[in-house]
Amino acid sequence: MHNLKRQLLAGPYLLWMAGFILLPVAVILYYAFTTTSGDFTLLNVTSIFASIHWKSLMLSLKLAFICTAVCLLLSYPLAMILSSMKLKRQGFIVFIFILPMWMNFMLRILAWKLLLSNNGVINTMLASWNLPLLDVLNTPFAVVFCMVYDFLPFMILPIYNAMSRIEPDIIEAAKDLGANNITIFFKIIVPLTLSGVVSGITMVFVPALTSFAISDLLGGGKVLLIGNVIEQAFIQEYNWNLGSGLSLVLMVFVIASMALMSAKGEEGGTGVW
Amino acid sequence: MVRKTIERIYLSLIFLFLYLPIAVLIILSFNNSKTRVQWGGFTLKWYRSLFSDSSIMSAFWTTLFLALVSALIATLLGTVAALGIDAMKKRSQTLMIGATNIPLLNADIVTGISMMLLFVRFTRLGMNTVLIAHITFNIPYVILNVLPKLKQGSRTTYEAALDLGATPLYAFFKITWPQIRPGVLSGFLMAMTMSLDDFSVTYFTKGAGIHTLSTMIYTEMRKGVRPEMYALSTILFLLALVLLLFMNFGPSARKEKEGDSL
Repeated sequence: MHNLKRQLLAGPYLLWMAGFILLPVAVILYYAFTTTSGDFTLLNVTSIFASIHWKSLMLSLKLAFICTAVCLLLSYPLAMILSSMKLKRQGFIVFIFILPMWMNFMLRILAWKLLLSNNGVINTMLASWNLPLLDVLNTPFAVVFCMVYDFLPFMILPIYNAMSRIEPDIIEAAKDLGANNITIFFKIIVPLTLSGVVSGITMVFVPALTSFAISDLLGGGKVLLIGNVIEQAFIQEYNWNLGSGLSLVLMVFVIASMALMSAKGEEGGTGVW
Repeated sequence: MVRKTIERIYLSLIFLFLYLPIAVLIILSFNNSKTRVQWGGFTLKWYRSLFSDSSIMSAFWTTLFLALVSALIATLLGTVAALGIDAMKKRSQTLMIGATNIPLLNADIVTGISMMLLFVRFTRLGMNTVLIAHITFNIPYVILNVLPKLKQGSRTTYEAALDLGATPLYAFFKITWPQIRPGVLSGFLMAMTMSLDDFSVTYFTKGAGIHTLSTMIYTEMRKGVRPEMYALSTILFLLALVLLLFMNFGPSARKEKEGDSL
């Protein structure tokens, strides 16, 4: 029975979300399509085509793609190894990957900055082995590197969850019927973990596309992502209309990538938890 | 055999990647030299001066207050909402879950900016606005943790209790609550973690005088982070480690494991 009275329990939540999710989006829309004096305009949104903005959007997309691909390539084998270990406590795996988050993320990035810097630990080690030195700080490479570092758990956990749900019997059956490891991988493991891969991709791609703190700290002002442009519009130039217009464009990209992904992973529902 | 070795090496490399910066920060917190790249001997002085540093301590209490209060309110709202969503028809359930996912997947920067734009129209930015913002992005984590537990639990037991004369509230605490408790707990912890680690949303919705640890470090980054900050985060990290280890391996974990998230 669908108890109407019980459904009402969702009421406070609905009100909250209407007030603090939908209404703010409406305000962004208002600012995006008006000038400072309140007249209608499209300029804030179309200014994404201005060369600086367009370049930063393209760079953001490129870095987000690379970051997502690297995360996926690192996580998939990792999830396979972890699930083959048949741990009794799956919670422990989640624990290991969530724990670093309790060290402030800004400080963890700072630590990488120290490690990667020209006279940092890694270069000192390389120098003592007479290997070529790294000069990566203030480059897109450093930004992608730290994005991968920061978002990797969000790729690993959903894939691991999906992987550990595969019944060993299915793989046994396939082996009995003469399938080799490659066939098993492509015909059983990949299709059954697709939903996990899809939620992993969404959970990495969107934050990577929209982050601004990492590029700010590691790019040294030379790596300008769309998030940085928006942040500057608000904080430094006080141009809320332009900032809202660009945020709107960014939101469209986020929604598009989410829609694309959820169309692929419809039957899934393998989240991080 | 070779394969096992390769697997071990790969696993160790990933863990090294994840935990290397943390090790660096812990080492720095014991470093008796102001320059970050040089080792000047072991010291505990940053731990001592930490507690007399009023700006860091106030940022710490703000962070802790925000995390605890926002996670508590989000857990309350989210759990109640999950009960409501669970009672809905399939189609409205899918709709509600979809809507719940939006703030989870939307860009932090857009969430932060949009709330800031709304808040400045009606009130001044301050503690209240950050708190509201944190609650908003925390609620989905609670709902998505509680809802699966409700689905796993049996509805019939609850209805049987009602038939036998239990009040809905009594039946809830005797039957539904034990079923969803692990989900509520992991939702609460997830919400707290997200609130502690948040930067973007806080950055845009906080008032001028308010600092959490994240925003404070961000502004200090250019002129150099004070070593006391490393000491504080080392303490926090070790506390979290002990807490989570206890929850995973402690006495209460034995009873209710069954695929908990945390």
